[in-house]
This record gives sequence, structure tokens and C-alpha cells, in this order.
Amino acid sequence: MFESQIAPTYHLEPSEEQESDFILNLGPQHPGTHGVLRVILHMDGEYILTADPVLGYGHRMQEKIAENMTWAQVLPYMARMDYLSALSYNQAWVCLVEKMCGYEVPPRAEYIRVLTTELNRISSHLLWFGAFLLDLGAFTPFLHAFEDREKLLDLLETITGSRLTYCFFRFGGVGADVDATFLRETQEFLDQMRAHLPGYHELVTGNVIFEHRTKNVGVILPFDTSGYGLSGPVLRGSGEAYDVRVKEPYSIYPELKFNVPVEQTGDCMGRYLVRLAEIDESLNMIDQILANIPDGDIQAKVPKIIKPPEGEASMAVETPRGELMIYAVSDGTKIPYRVKYRVPSFANLSIFSKMARGQLLADALAILGSLDLVIPEIDR
Amino acid sequence: MISEITLIRTLLSILGITVVVGVNAIFVVWFERKVAGHMQYRLGPTEVGPAGLLQTVADGLKLVSKQIIFPQSADKPIFILAPIICLVPVFIALVPVPFSATWQAHELDVGLLLVIALGLLNTLGILLAGWGCDNKYALLGASRAVAQILAYKIPLLLCILPIILLSGSFSLREIVLVQEQSTWFALYQPVGFLIYLIAITLETNRSPFDFAEAESELVAGFHTEYSGMMFSLFFLAEYTYMLVASAIAAILFLGGWLGPFLPGPVWMLLKIYFFLFLMMWFRWTFPRVRVDQMLSFGWKILLPISLLNFLITAGVMAAL
Amino acid sequence: MIKSYVRDIITGLGSLLTGMKVTIKVMFTKGNTVEWPRQTAQLPEKFRGHIMLVPNESTGFAKCIACGSCVRACPSNCITVKGAKPEGAKKKSPTLFALDFTKCSLCGLCVESCPVDAITFSRDYALVDYSSKPFSAMNLLDDVASPFSGGSE
Repeated sequence: MFESQIAPTYHLEPSEEQESDFILNLGPQHPGTHGVLRVILHMDGEYILTADPVLGYGHRMQEKIAENMTWAQVLPYMARMDYLSALSYNQAWVCLVEKMCGYEVPPRAEYIRVLTTELNRISSHLLWFGAFLLDLGAFTPFLHAFEDREKLLDLLETITGSRLTYCFFRFGGVGADVDATFLRETQEFLDQMRAHLPGYHELVTGNVIFEHRTKNVGVILPFDTSGYGLSGPVLRGSGEAYDVRVKEPYSIYPELKFNVPVEQTGDCMGRYLVRLAEIDESLNMIDQILANIPDGDIQAKVPKIIKPPEGEASMAVETPRGELMIYAVSDGTKIPYRVKYRVPSFANLSIFSKMARGQLLADALAILGSLDLVIPEIDR
Repeated sequence: MISEITLIRTLLSILGITVVVGVNAIFVVWFERKVAGHMQYRLGPTEVGPAGLLQTVADGLKLVSKQIIFPQSADKPIFILAPIICLVPVFIALVPVPFSATWQAHELDVGLLLVIALGLLNTLGILLAGWGCDNKYALLGASRAVAQILAYKIPLLLCILPIILLSGSFSLREIVLVQEQSTWFALYQPVGFLIYLIAITLETNRSPFDFAEAESELVAGFHTEYSGMMFSLFFLAEYTYMLVASAIAAILFLGGWLGPFLPGPVWMLLKIYFFLFLMMWFRWTFPRVRVDQMLSFGWKILLPISLLNFLITAGVMAAL
Repeated sequence: MIKSYVRDIITGLGSLLTGMKVTIKVMFTKGNTVEWPRQTAQLPEKFRGHIMLVPNESTGFAKCIACGSCVRACPSNCITVKGAKPEGAKKKSPTLFALDFTKCSLCGLCVESCPVDAITFSRDYALVDYSSKPFSAMNLLDDVASPFSGGSE
């Protein structure tokens, strides 16, 4: 019936005169922008002519803070950038320092790291699932996702001691060992999640309204992906099978069997499907980890005060939002000389202006939601 | 000259309608929150009163005691008028609605027409609210409400027309009495019933068609700038409008107060709350439809089907 | 054309009904809700509340030797420790152990850095007040006996 499912696109090129017509200030306090992102929209009725994101409301000078802390003290700050995938940030930082100092990590510690990071990835994707549907006006999937996420956070809390801003990894190991109870409860969670996932698809994926809201909305062409430095599910939704866990493997990822979900469509639906498939892949990975987790130490011997040798290093990991790279320079003291974060959300946001152009306001919010932005990570 | 009996009857009717509106608002808001809660693995209100029943009263008291803020650039008369225009018509629309063969404020020959006409005024209230408060989100919300009005009103009327053909009357009471002789019109008019259900969801601005207040897009849409009592008037209007629309649906399609064993008003209320529950069920399941998709849905699907439905009914009626 | 029109409507309606089936099913399922304060959720073993001092089992005094390694480990500079040697003792004892809980990020680096395991996490989570004052200088020695605060109770 709707032969053209493509969202009606406004074809006029915006002129100077048009730009000043109707300016809508979306954010920094707006239910659709998830935090303190501000977007200035020049509009013609409901159509968007230009969209300019304004950043910096959550700027905390994370890079400068890191230059005034010891290497170990920076660790808790990692959880504050992307609060939804704190463990990925933990991992990037500890791996970076281990790389600089040449510490060997015991295999059991590596397994625990990947186990918790993947659990964290699921919880991040579940929250995104809810928040995205909230942007589309459905409230119930949000709380359905939270019901499962609650179990997951309880699980992570039992070993890390916190529910969201984890500071769990240590240089050369992890903060705490997992016990049999935890492994059993993880298995229970896997079963529960596998039982609930079809419900998500029934409630949302097949829904005709959802389909019309996401298919062919906010299409990212493969041509654009590298120019804007996209990564993560946003990139994989456009047909590029790039995943740091495969391309530059770290930790025990080479030993695990997993697929990189890819969708060719490049629209909001594509990104949605990639993320849901990633939940599935993470569940499979955790299955393999639970079967193969070795016994042994969880902490290598490392000196109390860490002084990486003079030099520089960078470490890239795959967070739920895409490629995070941390670059650090050491001058041989206990304080980093320079730290630089390359965060995925910042790059992913950069294509928003282009995608929002000529779209309806409702679509722009669907696009914003589908990019899975975490604003403190953008602002740092 | 107004006789004393008419006067007393009028006063009693006003009282009755006010009580119905008030109690309904208190109950339906609680009911909606309970339904929403349980559909989302939550509990809904539990603290105030038994099972949280008095939560709405507490919220109402809070809203009444809050300061009403007038935006500096608001058009004050329009700003104040808007919630009243929203609420008063739905109040009046309850006048011709029969809750049983005898429980009716006033019997009107053209009761159905009156309700439909008053239903249109709701959009005027929304437009005034969006225009008067000088807020861009509100303006967008109001313009959406106005843009969609034809797309659902015409199908809505086209589903009511077969009922009028079947019953031969505009009087709501007559329509029920005709159903007493035959059977519920929903059985004759299943398609019309379905379209009417969709149309009343649209008419009352409920999700998945709540573009006028579209929370994640327009903050709160047309009532963004309203606070305190003024906001609660909009709220009351929405829930009363739902009551009216459900009552009309029950009368037109499910035989109003007709039913075995239980007295008429109970049946009527049961049917009304069945429709209210359906609308809540929709709201807490579906994502929001995009405005232009709703328009093409209205014009490309609702309108042709309801027109076809009307023509077939008319043809069959003529043939018999 | 008509065929696909009708098919689209029917599949669309079907998909909406599947969604409604999910929500009605959930309506009769029990969730995870714990009704605080009537019920309390179980705190995990490793729960991180604000830090507190561990008393020595035999003497009842705080184990802390006022070495200051927690102060150095803290990324937020929220711990202040002052210590002195009580008469006749071999090790120092704290005369002041203050935590600025408004700055603390509950990372736990102080607990790990402690050479004598004198700090632990409390299980106190309901920290509520009308101002930040009670939390900007929490005197942790209040809860533990110290040789300086006069007698062990």
C-alpha cells in the first residue's frame, strides 16, 4: 500500500533566507536527546532544513584530568565517560597500560574480563533498545528491556560491587574472582534472555508501525561511512563488517567463535537489527566462556606504583557504540604525559547533520536514537 | 416557563454529569496507571488508599495547589480559554448519552449529531492552546492536531452512517432500542466497528496517534506551557473525551445498556471500560505513528474502506 | 495491486495483534519489583558503600596505621588522614580520618591500597539529608574506638 516507504524528503536547498524562518532548539533539556545534547534545527514546518549539534554541556576535561592523575587513578574516570559500557573503557585503559609495561595477564583474568564486558555490552544494548523505542513513542519495550537488564545489573553487582560505573579491571588482572554461584546465575540469565528475546521481536521488530518508522529512515550510504569515521553498529548497519574484536583482536577474542552481524540497508532498521543480533552473539560468547573458563590466578604480579617506560601506545577496543581508541604518552613518571580518547559516539554524531537534512522532525529523533549516543562520551 | 420538575431534573443532570466526569477521571487515571504498570512488569500506584486508588486524588490536589505560570509572551485570553474550550464540550457531550433506558440527562432527537459536533471543538481547544502560549513545540503539536482532523473525522462519520441507516434514528436512545429488537450492530458492522475503534483513538489523541503531545518529539506538545490546574483541565478533558467516545462506541456497536442479569447502567459501564481498556492496551503496546504516515493511513486505508462499507450497507439495505 | 493492498492491511493488523498478545501476557506475569521500604533487596557481598574503618579484633581500636596510602591512591582527593603515636605504642594511630563523601566515586582504590586492610565498604546505602554538609566531612573515627577518643567501648 505504501509503495514508497521512503520518508518524504524535502528537496529544496536551504537558502540563507529560509534558514532564519523557524528555528527549533532541541535540547539540551529535551526528552528525545538523551542527556545534554543540543541540536539547533532550522525548519520549514515539520521538515528540517539544517541541524547543528551543539556540544560541550557535559565537558569535564577528561583528557586533562588524566594528565594530573597516576596511571591507576585514571581508571575510575573511565567509567564516567561512557557510563553504559564502563567495562569496555576499563578494558581499553588496562590493556593500554599493560601494553606499555609489558605485563602478562593470567588467562582466567582474561576470561573474566571478556565475560563481564560482554554482559556489559548486552546491558548497554538493552538500554539502547528501550531508549530507541521511547524515541519512537513506545514506552513498554523500555521497561521490558529493563526487566532483563535488572537481572544483568544484579549479576554484575555481585562481582564488581557497583551497578553502572564499574571500576573492576586492574593492571594485570581483575578486581575480584568469580565463583560457582556467579557462573550458575550467569547461565540462568542466558536462559532467561534467550527466552525473552523472541518476545522483543514479537513486540517490536514485526510491528507494522515500527517498520514504517524505521525502514528507509536515516539511510547511511556505505560511501559515507569511512569519511565520517563511523564505527560500531552504525557502521555495521551499512554493510561494513568492521569490528575491532575481529580486525585487531585483543584479549581472548581470537579464541572465541562469533559472527559479526551486518545489515546492508543502512537505515534505522538495519542498525536496530545489528544491535539485537549482537545481543545474541554476546550470549553465544558467554556460553563459550562459561564452558572454557580456566582455573588459576586472576592477578599478575605488578609493582605497586606503575611507571610505564618512556614512549607512547594506543589501544583500540570495541565498545557497544563502536571503536574506542585511547592513545597515551608516558614520560616514565607515575603520571601520564598525555592521554587522548577517540570516542565512537562523537564520530557517529557527526553524520547526524547530513542525515537529518530534509527529514521530518519525528524521523530526526528516530535517527538520533538509532545512533545510540552517550552524551558524556561525546563531551568528555 | 420552566416547570419545577424540569428545573430539578436539569440540576440533577448537571450534578450527575459532574459526578460521572469526576469519578471517572479519578478511576480511569488510576486504571490506566495500573494497566500500564502491569504491562511493564511494574505494579502501578500502590501507596495512597487501597491498591493506590486515591493516588489520582492526591495528584489532583497537588495540581490544584500548584502555581499557574503564564509565559511572558503568551496571549493571555486565549491561553486561559483553551483548556476551557477543551473541557466544556466534552462535558456537554455527556448530556444525550443514555446510561440506561431511564438514566439519561436529556433525550435529544439529534443526540448523535450533537456529540459529533462537540467532538470537533476539542481540536479548536488544542489549536488555541498551541497558538496562545507562543511556544514552538506547542505550535507544532497544535498544527499536527489540526492537520489530522479531516483524515479521521470523515472515516468516523462514514462508519456512523451505516448505523444510522440500520436504526433509522439520530437519537442515541433509539439506536439502543433498535438493537434490543435485532442484535448488536457490531455483528452487522464488524469493519465499521474496527475503523471506529481506530478513529476514536485518533480522535482522543491517544497513542499510537498522540502526535499532538508526542512526548519524545515535542516535549509535551500543545500543553507544554501549561501547569497546575490549567494542565489538569486538559488532562480531565482527555479522559472525559475518552469516556464519551467509549460510551458512543458502546451505544452504536455493543448495544449500550443491553445485557442479561445485571442492571442497565452496570452493563453500560462495563462496555465503556472495555473500550477504555482497549485504548490503554493500544497505548502501552505500540510505537507512535509518524504524522504523514497517519495522514496517508487515514486517506488511503480508513477512508476507502469505510466508504466501501457504507456503500455495501446502503446497497444491502436498499435491496432488502 | 488490490491484492497487495489487502495483504498489507491483514499482515499489519496481524503484527499489531502479536504485539498486543505480548503485553497482555506480561500483564499477568510478576516482575522483579521489591517494594521498599516494606521489603529490602539483598545487598551483594561486594557492595560498595562509603568506606569505614575496621576495628582490630583484640583491642577494638581502628586497625589504621595512618600511613596515608589511601590518601595517595584516591583519585578524587576525598580522604584526609592525620595520625600520631599514642604513648607506648609501636605504630601510629589516626587522630583524624575524614571522608568527603560528596567527592567520592566509590572506586575502591583506597580499600585495595591499604597495607593492613583497615578500610572496608559499609553497607549503608540510605544516606539522605537536606544538605550535603553531613557528607562533606564524614568522620569515620566516630564509629570505631581509637586510642585518642578515650577508651574502647
